[in-house]
Formats: sequence, structure tokens, C-alpha cells
Amino acid sequence: MLEFCRPNPGVNMYEENDDILGDVTSSEYKYGFVTDIESDDAPKGLNEDIIRFISAKKKEPEWLLEWRLKAYRHWLTMEEPKWPNVQYPAINYQDVIYYSAPKQKVAPNSLDEIDPELRKTFEKLGISLQEQKRLTGVAVDAVIDSVSIATTFKEELAELGIIFCSMSEAVREHPELVRKYIGSVVPPTDNYFSALNSAVFTDGSFCFIPAGVRCPMELSTYFRINAANTGQFERTLIVAEAGSYVSYLEGCTAPMRDENQLHAAVVEIVAMEKAEVKYSTVQNWYPGDKDGHGGIYNFVTKRGICQGDYSKISWTQVETGSSITWKYPSVILKGDYSNGEFYSVAVTNNMQQADTGTKMIHIGKHTRSRIVSKGISAGRSNNSYRGLVQVGRNATKARNFSQCDSLLLGDKCGAHTFPYIEVKNNTAVVEHEATTSKIGEDQIFYCNQRGMDTETAVALIINGFAKEVMNQLPMEFAVEAQKLLAISLEGSVG
Amino acid sequence: MLKITDLHAGIEEKKILKGINLQIKAGEVHAIMGPNGSGKSTLASVLAGRESFEVTGGSVEFLGKDLLDMAPEDRAREGMFLAFQYPVEIPGVSTTNFIKTAVNETRKYRGQEPLDAVAFLKLMKERMKLVQIDQSLLSRSLNEGFSGGEKKRNEIFQMAMLEPKLAILDETDSGLDIDALRIVANGVNQLRSKDNAFLVVTHYQRLLEYIVPDFVHVLYNGRIVKSGTKELALELEEKGYDFIKNEILVAEQA
Repeated sequence: MLEFCRPNPGVNMYEENDDILGDVTSSEYKYGFVTDIESDDAPKGLNEDIIRFISAKKKEPEWLLEWRLKAYRHWLTMEEPKWPNVQYPAINYQDVIYYSAPKQKVAPNSLDEIDPELRKTFEKLGISLQEQKRLTGVAVDAVIDSVSIATTFKEELAELGIIFCSMSEAVREHPELVRKYIGSVVPPTDNYFSALNSAVFTDGSFCFIPAGVRCPMELSTYFRINAANTGQFERTLIVAEAGSYVSYLEGCTAPMRDENQLHAAVVEIVAMEKAEVKYSTVQNWYPGDKDGHGGIYNFVTKRGICQGDYSKISWTQVETGSSITWKYPSVILKGDYSNGEFYSVAVTNNMQQADTGTKMIHIGKHTRSRIVSKGISAGRSNNSYRGLVQVGRNATKARNFSQCDSLLLGDKCGAHTFPYIEVKNNTAVVEHEATTSKIGEDQIFYCNQRGMDTETAVALIINGFAKEVMNQLPMEFAVEAQKLLAISLEGSVG
Repeated sequence: MLKITDLHAGIEEKKILKGINLQIKAGEVHAIMGPNGSGKSTLASVLAGRESFEVTGGSVEFLGKDLLDMAPEDRAREGMFLAFQYPVEIPGVSTTNFIKTAVNETRKYRGQEPLDAVAFLKLMKERMKLVQIDQSLLSRSLNEGFSGGEKKRNEIFQMAMLEPKLAILDETDSGLDIDALRIVANGVNQLRSKDNAFLVVTHYQRLLEYIVPDFVHVLYNGRIVKSGTKELALELEEKGYDFIKNEILVAEQA
């Protein structure tokens, strides 16, 4: 295991982006509003009755209730992980509301019947639920608190045999698929938060791409926590059959509140032979105020399995929100010649803490993985990369390349790298490179001298630093993500 | 355009500029020469507003405004440009993107609309010719892996794009071979007009053969000790800086 510094990251060519940085104006968390809408809540606390309540609300089959209860009973025997490099007061799991659904007078039959308040909420977030506005070419599943309120483009996708719907609907309409795959990549017993999620998950997205189909548009889920004292526990399942392709994006925001709110999601991806799944996240949960009050605890388990030969799973994440982030989107490379990628930009400012990275588990022969992690820390924040590259006994000629770069703004923040490498096959090639740098006064002065103020200069420099990852995002979201990076770091220099 | 009066500045406890007086009018090219450590680059940095230098006395007026009161970015937006002796690298930011941001930030300050992609590209193509800079260089990360000559050409290219009122060239000739020097000087000469001015800081007379100055000043020990026309540069080249030092010594003894 070697870690060494490179003098310069390589020169890369890329498309020019238009004046993305020009209109960064406000350092406020602009998604911090609350929608005033009545909701249908479960009582606070967690016990078997609450789980029965959730299952009943969703009219779930018996097997799923049993599955939940089994997960819950296992969870009771587990302990919260203490190894992440983050600190927070003990969470009182009995003080959380596990189910909260916006009350809608009648179940909407079409998108036009959605409560106007909810529709407005999503419009304010820049998400249009109206299919007429199809210019963006993105299908959206909108989840607020515990339930999915709308999924767009369902019919168009159905014509191709693609199933894209909320998890609740999938349980009702496609129980055999859900039963086959749920928990197959992230078993309920996997870890403390996946067990909790399995017991109480309320909604999320389900996506099935049949063999040989290339999904013609981006699929996306937009998660929004609205109600107070509520946890969000969604579950996303993506199954890509042989030779299919899908690009998927999730976005998340939450109101500004003084309390900490828990978000413990599970995402599972299954890629069959020659299938490709690209999963992108722009995570902008409320990060808390500058003194560390409030914000989301983002404890998420994301894992994909390259089940078939020549399959590919690629994770791209831009993590700017949450007071604490604990997440390691991983790939199990089971099929021969399968390929896993992880591209990450994690920004922490003020009192935010992030412990994030990936696991690449090489099982099949000639499997390849690539990790590019860019950590940016500012304020008094702490940013850790934690990654595992594991090459099994039979993974002949497996290859991994990891690159972890950290950028520091100011001198009160921390950047840490915890790379773990376990290799059991001597034909494997594993490379790890890491750099740590600070934004130099020289760089800022140079930009100032060209007429840019310091905030613009910092935004330009960090976007340059993160470019390699940002380039992986679907075009529609890259611009938003760049703005987000700039906004997240406003006020951190000078 | 620029009026420097009794300017004192230093870094931490060290005094470097000890009373500089200089006036530059529109249409003029001034050269500042002097031995190493005389304060040439400090003067350039102080005018551009580099924070590590502290101004301890005197005043600077730029286009009728108090220059020392302005933030570095405002000085730039008002029309002051510094071609850096050591241009910095910014990984991941293409030169094109960098200049576009610079141009549009400056336009915003002046109450102009930002240039759209088409207008910007047109301007860029036109100015690229001035310094014979290649498109491929401009799509690479700013100054990263550029040769010394490419970096300096890039500085002059940026100057051409930003159209400053007063351009300060800080040892732009250092590290340039004769061909690159000619290209850079040629670019500067094409940008000279009756409305702008140049302050050329250099160690050698060589650059002044190509960029012919109206005035030459010799900076020594934090002061301008001698001013003259372009012939002064030739005299310096011939006799070396010792001749100035001796002259001062004689004057002080007298």
C-alpha cells in the first residue's frame, strides 16, 4: 500500500461551461422553507406496532411485514457503528416520527390532481411535475417525507417495458420482482442503519429496465423532508437486465430546522450481463447553521452488484449538505470483466462532518474499478475519505486505480484519508494516489488581479479541482451542481 | 493617469519602497529598471494590491481615484492590469473559462452585459492572433504545464482580452528566448494607443529594443534615482548598474 504525492494532477480537456459562477449571489441555504401542509403522521417512537402501522398504511403483503419485523428484531441486537470519524450526540430513536405523509384529499389519478401546495413545493425546488414541460427529458419520482407523490413519464417508459414507480407501488404492482431483489444486495442485517431502514422504510423508487433496453431519458428521484421530527427512510431498487442501460439521478433537500433529522436510506442496484447503470447523487440536505445546530444526519447504505459479465456500475456523488454524512456507495464486481466506478466530490463547511468513500469488491476475473475522490473542507469542518479495495482469491488480473485529493480552505478544517487495500490474488494491480493542497493566496490574488472577487475566485478554483468528477454528471445537473459547490463554500475565505 | 507620490511600502518590518514619485500619462510607456532587490517587483505588486505588502506612506492616484483605497479586484476592473512575473497555475480551470470569467466580471462592474459565447469567441480569435497563441493551449488548465514562454504569452493574451488602461509588465522578458520576446513585444506594441499606458519593469535593456519606452527610470534601494529617455537604458546596458551606484555614492559624499 503506497500513498504518494503527485506534483500536478494531469491536464484534462473538457467542454467549456457557460458563466456558471456569475450568478452566485446568496449564501443562504435556499431550500430551507417549510411547506404548510397537513400531514398524516405515525406517533413518535419505534416498536413492532409502528412497523405494523407502516405496513398496514401501505397495504403491504404479509411477507413484507414479516421481512420488516425480522429486520427490526435483528436491529435491536445491533449497535450503532462507532468507527466513522464523526462525532454527534446519541440519537434517541424513540424520539423520531417514522411515518409522515402529506394529506391529500383524494389519491391523485393524474398529475393534475396533485395538491397545488405540493406542486408548488417542487416547482420552488426547480422540479416540474408537469409532463408538458418535457424539455428537460428527465422522468421524476417525487418523494416528500415518507411517500412518493408523483412519478412522471410512467406511460412513455412503460411502452419500452421500463418500470419506474414508487417503491410502494412496486410492492403492489410487481411484488414478484420486489421480493426477488429487495435485500439481495444490501441484506437487512448488513449494518445498523440498513437494518433500521429495512424495518421502517416508507417509500423510494423502483426501477426495472428489461433486457436490451436503453432507457431514453434520465430517471430521477427527488427526496424532500418537510415535516418536523421526522426521519426519512427510503429504499431505492434498480434492476438492469442483460444489455440494458440506465442513468439515474437523485437529489435531496430539507427545511432549515434547529433539530437534527435522521435520513437512513438504502439503495440497491443489480446489473446483469453487459448492463450499465450510472447513478448520480446531488445531496443537498440542510447542513445545519454555522455553529452546528440542526442539519440532517445522512446515514446511507448504497451498493450495487455487477452480477453479470461485462456489466458496469458507476456512482457519482456531489455531497454538499447534511451535518453528518456517512456513506460508502460500493460495487461488488462479481461478473468477469465487470467494471465499477466511484466519482465523488464531498464539500464540508462550518461544522459539517463527512466520512465517505467507497468499497470495490473484486470477485470476478479481469474486474476493474476506478475511484476518484475530491474532498473540499472549509470552516471548522472535518472531511474523511474512507475506501476499501478488496481483491478476492479468484479475481485474476483485477485492476484498481484510486485517486484521493483533498483541498483545504483555511486552517481550522481537517482532511483525512483512510484507504484500506486487501489483495488475495497476486496478479492484481492496485494503485492509490493522494494529494492534499490548500487554495493558495497566490491563486486568489491572481484571480483578483483579473477582476474577480474572492468568492468568485474560490468558486472557480474549487470547480477546477472537482472538474473530473463534475464531468461525470449528466449535463442537466452539472450546472446546478457547480453552482451548489460555490454556494456551499461562500463565506469560507477572507 | 497614474500619480505616485512619496510611496513607502514594505513587507513585515522590512522597508522596500522608500519614497517613490512617478507620473504616467495616457499614451506613454515608462520603463523601470534597476538591479536585483531594488524594489521593482514590489512596486508592481503594491500597485496591483497584493496583501502581503504594507503601504506605510504616500499616495497613489489612478484615473482620479485613490488607488490604495481599492480592493485588488476593483483596481483591475478600473483598468489596471499586472502581467505577472510568475503566473500561477489553476488546475482544472481552462484558460478560456478563466478569461471569460475575468472579462465578464469586469463588464459587470462597468455595468455592461456579459459577452455571450459567440461574441466572446470572436473576440478571443481576434486577440489570439496578436500573441500567436494556439487554441489548444487555451483549452488546457490555466498555466498548468505551460512552458515559460507560453505562460508569458498567455499573460499578454489576457491583457489583450481585458483591454486595460494601464498595464504593468513585471519582468515579462525573463525566461524568454529571442523569438518569444519578439512575439510578446509585438503584441504589446499593437495594443499601444493614445488612451492607454504601460509600465514596463525589466532588468535588462533587451526588451526595450522592442518595446520602445518614452521614459526610463532607474530604481535603486527603494527610490527612483535617475530618470531619462530611452538612451538612459542604453547607457545602463553599457556601463552596468555600478555606474549608478557610484554616481549616488559620489552625490552622497559631496
